[in-house]
Amino acid sequence: MAYANFITTIGLEVHVEMKTNSKLLSPSPVNFGDAANNNTNVIDWGYPGVLPQANKGALEYGMMAALALNMEITRDIRWDRKNYIYPDNPKSYQTTQQATPIGQNGKVEITLEDGTTKTIRIKEIHVEEDAGKNTHGGDGYSYVDLNRQGTPLIEIVSEPDITSPDEAYAYLEKLRQLIQFTGISDVKMQEGSLRADANISIRPAGSDQFGTKVELKNINSFSYLRTALAFEEDRQARELIAGNTIQQETRRYDEATKSTILMRVKEGADDYRYFPEPDLPVVHISEEWINEVKNKLPESVSDRLNRYINDFDLSPTDAGVLTQTLIMSDFYDKTVGFGADPKRSANYLIGDVNAFLNENGLELQDTKITPEHLSTLIKLIDDGTISTKQAKQVFTALTQGQEPKDYVEKNGLVQESRVEILQPIIAEIVDNNEQSVIDFKAGKDRAVGFLIGQIMKQTHGNANPNVVNQILIDELNER
Amino acid sequence: MSEVLSKDEAKHVASLAKLNFTEEQLDKMVSQLSNILDLVDTLNEVDTNGVEATYSVSNNVNVLREDMADNWQQKDQLINNAPESKDGLIKVPAILDGGDINE
Repeated sequence: MAYANFITTIGLEVHVEMKTNSKLLSPSPVNFGDAANNNTNVIDWGYPGVLPQANKGALEYGMMAALALNMEITRDIRWDRKNYIYPDNPKSYQTTQQATPIGQNGKVEITLEDGTTKTIRIKEIHVEEDAGKNTHGGDGYSYVDLNRQGTPLIEIVSEPDITSPDEAYAYLEKLRQLIQFTGISDVKMQEGSLRADANISIRPAGSDQFGTKVELKNINSFSYLRTALAFEEDRQARELIAGNTIQQETRRYDEATKSTILMRVKEGADDYRYFPEPDLPVVHISEEWINEVKNKLPESVSDRLNRYINDFDLSPTDAGVLTQTLIMSDFYDKTVGFGADPKRSANYLIGDVNAFLNENGLELQDTKITPEHLSTLIKLIDDGTISTKQAKQVFTALTQGQEPKDYVEKNGLVQESRVEILQPIIAEIVDNNEQSVIDFKAGKDRAVGFLIGQIMKQTHGNANPNVVNQILIDELNER
Repeated sequence: MSEVLSKDEAKHVASLAKLNFTEEQLDKMVSQLSNILDLVDTLNEVDTNGVEATYSVSNNVNVLREDMADNWQQKDQLINNAPESKDGLIKVPAILDGGDINE
C-alpha cells in the first residue's frame, strides 16, 4: 500500500481507564452504567472551595502500568492543570501529569505477522482524569452526565518509532496484553476502557524532517485504526505526489467507505495553558513504595510464558496462544490446578475450546465451560475411561454446562477395555484378513495399522486403543 | 499603560474561554488584561535566581486518599442547583466546535 519513496511515522496516544473503586480526586464510585450523575459529588462538579485528594490506588495502578511497560518511575510528581472549556468537565481543566509523568522511557517488543520483532519506545505515561459524557441533543442543547468525570486514566504516549499500520496494530495488541495482565483495567475498546488516537505523517525517503501530522480520532477498534492509517498513508502520498501540501487536521474513520473523513482543520497548536495544580500537594515515590507495588503486581505475561515453557514443557507457540488474554491464561492455570495434564490441557484449550469459541463467536467467560469440568474431561481420557472420540461428545455436553463424569455415566459412554469382549472381535477380523497376517509376518507394519482401523470401525471407536494393540499383536504372533 | 497585549491575542484568549465580545468590550478587555500583564512584569523584576519554584503552598507531601468509594449522595442537590436539567442530566447550550478533549 505504502509508496516506496515515502517514510511513514505514526504516533499513538492510548488512554486506559483504570478499575479503581473511586475517582482520581474524589471518593465518588467508579462504575460504568449507573444512572446519570449518580456517582458525582461537589468535587466532581468543580464547586468552589472543595478539597480534592489524590487517590493512592490510582497512583499505584499507574506505577503498575509503568513497570509492565519497562519504564522508569518518576520519583517527584506534581500535578498540572490542562485548561480547556467544555461542558464535559465543569472544572474547565483536566488534572494531569504534564511536566512529571509517572513513567518515562519505556519500551515494548512487538511481533509482526511475519514473525519479525521490533522494539517500540514509549515516551511517557501520565495518570490523569477522564471527562464526563456530553450528548448532543440536536435541539441546540447538550446533556451532560458526569459519572465518568474524574475516573482515573493512564495516557500512554509512544515515541515516533512506529512506521507502518501493521506495526501500530501490533503495538496496540501488545499494550492491551501487557496492561490486561496487570489487572488494572479491562482494556475493552467497545466499553471505552481503552481508547486509541493516532497521528500519522509521511516524508520523502532521505528527508530527516517529519511531514505534517494528521490526527485520527474516535476510532473504535484496532483493525479500523489499522485500515484508517493505511488509507491515510496512501492519501497523503497521493497528495504530495500531486504537488499538494498536507494540512494539519483531525480526521475520523468511516466504516462504510473504509476511508478517513475530515473533522476539522487545526489552526495553530493546541493552547492548553498548562500550569502547576495548586490544590494538590506534591507526591514523592520512594524506592520502598515502588518495591511494595512490585510485590502487588500479578505474574507478568513473560513470566507466565516462561513458566509454561519450562514447567509444563509447552512449545513457545502454544505458550504464546495461552497468554494472549488473561482470561485464557487463568483458565489454563486453573485447569492444570484441578489435576489435568498440562500438555493435554493446552492442546484442548488451543484446539477444541478455541474452535468452539470461534464457531460461536464467544469469549471464554461467556461460555458454560469451567476449568474444573475441562480438567475432569481430560482426566477421563487419560485414565482410559473414555476414548478421544467419545471425548468430543462429552465436550459438547461440557459446553452446555454438564458435569463430565455425570454425563459419561448417564449415557453409558465407557471405553471398551475388557479383553473378553475385544478378543473375539479381533480374532474374527484377523481371520477375515489373511493377507494382512502374511504382510505382518513379512515385516510390513502397515498391516497392523490396517487391522486396527478395521477393529475401531467394528467397535465404533469405543475400544481402548492400548488394549486393542496388545491383543492384536499377541493374536498375530500366534498365527 | 503599555500596549503589551494585541487585540488578536485578546480575541484568542476570549475564544479559548468560549467568550464573544463586541469591539467595544474587546477594547476594554485589552486594556484590563494589559494592566494585569503589567503587574506580572512588575513581579518579574524580582530576582528569583536560585529560588526553587513553588508548586504547592503547603509543605505537605503524599497526602493521599485510600482507594475506597464513598457516594456522598449529592446528585439531587447538584442537579437542582444546575441552571437547567432534564432526566438527571445537566442541560447546557451545545458547543460544537470540537473543544471536547475526548473528541
